[in-house]
Amino acid sequence: MQRGKFWGYRRPDGRVGVRNHVLILPTITCAVQVAKQITELVQGTVTFIHQHGCAQVGADYDQTFRTYVGMGANPNVYGVIVLGLGCETHQARIIAGELAKTGKPVEVVSIQDEGGTLMAIAEGAKIAAKMVRDASAQFREPYDFSELIVGTECGGSDACSGLSANPAVGVVSDMIVDQGGTAILAETTELIGAEHLLANRAVSDKVRKRVYEVIEAMENRAFMMGVDIRTGNPSPGNMKGGLSSLEEKSLGAANKAGTRPLQQVIDYAQVPTEKGLVWMDTPGHDIEQLTGMVAGGAQIVLFTSGRGTPTGSPIAPVIKIATNTPIFEKMEDNMDLNAGTIIDGTESIESVGQRIFEEIGLVASGKLTKAEILKQHDFGIWRIGPTF
Amino acid sequence: MMKPQDKVAVALEHIPAGAEVTVVCQGQSYMVKMRNDIDFGHKFAVKPIPCGEDILKYGEVIGIAIKDIQVGEHVHIHNLEGKRGRGDRIAKSAEG
Repeated sequence: MQRGKFWGYRRPDGRVGVRNHVLILPTITCAVQVAKQITELVQGTVTFIHQHGCAQVGADYDQTFRTYVGMGANPNVYGVIVLGLGCETHQARIIAGELAKTGKPVEVVSIQDEGGTLMAIAEGAKIAAKMVRDASAQFREPYDFSELIVGTECGGSDACSGLSANPAVGVVSDMIVDQGGTAILAETTELIGAEHLLANRAVSDKVRKRVYEVIEAMENRAFMMGVDIRTGNPSPGNMKGGLSSLEEKSLGAANKAGTRPLQQVIDYAQVPTEKGLVWMDTPGHDIEQLTGMVAGGAQIVLFTSGRGTPTGSPIAPVIKIATNTPIFEKMEDNMDLNAGTIIDGTESIESVGQRIFEEIGLVASGKLTKAEILKQHDFGIWRIGPTF
Repeated sequence: MMKPQDKVAVALEHIPAGAEVTVVCQGQSYMVKMRNDIDFGHKFAVKPIPCGEDILKYGEVIGIAIKDIQVGEHVHIHNLEGKRGRGDRIAKSAEG
């Protein structure tokens, strides 16, 4: 078996990053513009734009909190400046306190305490500049793939997704698991109709039960709303690509999970406690599931697409894999690899899997993905409750 | 075509109406004359599918036929309906 190696950054909590970002973490939508302005001033910093952080309650509050903390705690982040307005529900100091447990540098800036936008930008930029300087003095060191959590995702699927790129990612998922690493399967919506196949691979009755529970909860949301889930998923683009039903899409999507046993089913944005194949309960929505997996500690995400997509994350490289050659050529700005060679009959599923595996090693060691080069910094939290 | 029990196959290139293709799956072969244009990535029936019957691909159920479907016919959202996540059906039955 070929051992996967990469050059990464060890963090104080023992996890290993593949990037060395300083994250400006706006805890509230009111702070995102200031965060953005700090990132424009200071090279080496990243942030994310969102509409959350205030007037959230209960499970919805918890899920947003977990997502913020997960983004800051992700090993691709060297240090964090938690930026609040001051009066919001999600208090910057509480989030910073949670992040401090990782041992990485964490600072707090409050717009109201600083005396407004300009002072907050000045203070944030000053701290960020020092943090970036410290971060840039850290060198990469070699690590095994067992240190990796790789998220897998498909978006803008077509009928080829289940024939080419997803099975190839399934091969990679097995390779990562066999090396002692973790592969996350997500998008619960797009596993409806394929859940029995995964439940049969669960390591215990408890995990098997959870598979059916998360599927049931997702399907019940459509029942409660009295809607046909197909009005949202498959999307119009999926249908144009030849997918006719959610079950068909799911059976193609499930291929990403390879063949290894299912170790655990985790909540949205939760960090896996088991190694191997893990299922994270997320919606099919691309950006929300991407965010959930990155907040759950994924350092790299594999993203297959039959229609093409620009999606990326501010802190995790996203490797885009085309399911067919025409889309790879048409969307070359965005797609990193082509699995359409399987449809063309010029390459096997295993050989494409091998290429993706090698790309993971390169990207984990510093090679930029197209989404990173184009600063495609998407972020979206799966909201599970209303705002009050 | 992925599994012997499948009732549909996927076109890996555009197939014009009237064309005759041979679909091979695990030793079994089906001669199919296309009744419609089938776009790249779209499905066509390799066996007749009566209205109300499950439609299989990957050896698994991908939905139900809402019309009688002939061999060589385009199988898509006009004659195939998903069975899962159908809150609309529950809403309709609640209305009586």
